[in-house]
Amino acid sequence: MSSPAAPEVHSRPMTKPRPGVLRKLAQRPLALIGLVIVVLVVAGALLAPWLTKFGPDEQMFDGLTLSGEPLPPNATFWLGTDLLGRDLFTRILYGARTSLIIGIVANGIALLIGTLVGVVAGYYRGWLGSVLMRFTDLMMAFPALLLAICLAAVFQPSLWIVALVIALVNWVQTARVMFTQTSSLAEREFIDAERTIGASSARILFMHILPHLIPTIIVWGTLGISTTVLLEATLSYLGIGVQPPTPSWGNIIFENQTYFQAAPWLVFFPGIAILALALAFNLIGDALRDILDPTQRGRS
Amino acid sequence: MIAYLGRRLIQSALILLGISLITFALLYLLPADPVRQIAGRSATPATVESIRRQLGLDQPFLVQYGRYLWNLLQGDLGRSYIQRSEVAQLITARLPATLLLMVGAIVCELLIGLTMGVIAAVRRGTATDQSLMVASFIGVSAPQFVVGLLLLYVFAVKLSWFPIGGYGTFSHLVLPSLTVAVMSAGWYARMMRSSMIDVLRQDYIRTARAKGLARITVLVRHALPNAILPIIAMIGIDIGILMGGIVVVESVFGWPGIGQLVWQAIQRVDIPIIMGVTLVSAFAIVLGNFLADIIAPFIDPRIKLR
Repeated sequence: MSSPAAPEVHSRPMTKPRPGVLRKLAQRPLALIGLVIVVLVVAGALLAPWLTKFGPDEQMFDGLTLSGEPLPPNATFWLGTDLLGRDLFTRILYGARTSLIIGIVANGIALLIGTLVGVVAGYYRGWLGSVLMRFTDLMMAFPALLLAICLAAVFQPSLWIVALVIALVNWVQTARVMFTQTSSLAEREFIDAERTIGASSARILFMHILPHLIPTIIVWGTLGISTTVLLEATLSYLGIGVQPPTPSWGNIIFENQTYFQAAPWLVFFPGIAILALALAFNLIGDALRDILDPTQRGRS
Repeated sequence: MIAYLGRRLIQSALILLGISLITFALLYLLPADPVRQIAGRSATPATVESIRRQLGLDQPFLVQYGRYLWNLLQGDLGRSYIQRSEVAQLITARLPATLLLMVGAIVCELLIGLTMGVIAAVRRGTATDQSLMVASFIGVSAPQFVVGLLLLYVFAVKLSWFPIGGYGTFSHLVLPSLTVAVMSAGWYARMMRSSMIDVLRQDYIRTARAKGLARITVLVRHALPNAILPIIAMIGIDIGILMGGIVVVESVFGWPGIGQLVWQAIQRVDIPIIMGVTLVSAFAIVLGNFLADIIAPFIDPRIKLR
């Protein structure tokens, strides 16, 4: 069924991401560093079985000294071994999978909830809008980490539960931003015009409001991965995130921290990995904000 | 003013009510049965039932919530499952240590963050600016437990400049405060930089320069006080981030505050303590936001009360 062509030309979003975004991103040195780190981590996670000859849970006979201490970095075990004689490099590679899965899944759910709540509240307003936004304010008053700790303590932690817990904590900021943007968009003339010609709410939301929000969604989605990676690492470090033996950069440090004075590499290398990945997404997100959001242009 | 205060007070009270409802609902949904934990493994079904009735856990949700709320209003946060003492007492005993750490952290993050921000704004576009902004990015991306453990390793284990952990003297306070401060200092640096750049663009700054004032005088007397205003209002809102950092940092450094209390409670699945600390922190955040809103118009007359 072909509908008559509606005058959509005028409502084409002004800042829809064009193919040039990636190239613009690569022209900024800091964003380029971020991209390189992300590519390296993704490659490490995907190619883990080929990059190392050890298994992530494999306890090596020669992985500990005679007195049972972990080995410092050497030719066989590139980043040293942990308290159980497992290869740290291997565990960090497999830990990247955990971080990326949680980064993508948790952040994806958070983005979905946040966008839904923010857009619905911003478009419909009325009682539904105020209820949703009051609830968002309420969630903002919770300290994120403590709320995550409460949730993780209530539900038994597993990889997917941790992702869900992080999503339930992290959607709030996205909802706030989406609300502000949607409510200002909903006041614009072209939306009024759409209503006058009889467009349904669903059509206005999906065809006219959502496309304008895409740059914001991309920016917040990227920055959100960084927050998510840090929150996962912190929960796992506190022992209520991803549970051993599944390696996660946070729980590697959790497992080995009692020994860190004698074996600092067990904290240092996974710590660098967390920092690098979180930093990478922050750098990319910040550059994307400059590129995609014209109101922010020239501010930095 | 009075009407505004009243409205903000009611809003804050409603938020606190909502927070208490959510924490209670979590407690209620908990799959682990608190009665079993209190009664122990060998308890007979009859004993379990009588404890359940004693604690009022056989009542419907709203009745239980009503009682919980009533107790909350009297400052009763319930009893710890394991420590067999009042949660409120456990928290008040540890609150001074946490408050001390928070003050230390706020002083550190403002000192570091504002200095970085001002230098970056003044040297805008130079290599100094760039490297300071990269540093601020590293600050906001660094997991606090890693920062804490590394500071501990370098300055306490290797150099022995500071004690390895514990509480009591000024030198115990330095490393934990710095660790909590690193993340927020990064944010403050970025905010201070853009606030300062905005102020330096203003006409009155050009006027001050034009009447022959020294660069440093213009900066310190005219630009800085105005650039700092929006930052001061942020401190109230920043409390939420601080509270999260404190849980991690207190467990790294063995700092005897409410963060360590939570950390110990996590290990033993002692839910009432976790809920109690969450409530107290949420209260601190709501209070912080309330105060920030109230104080803002006094320090910056351009802000109008709504």
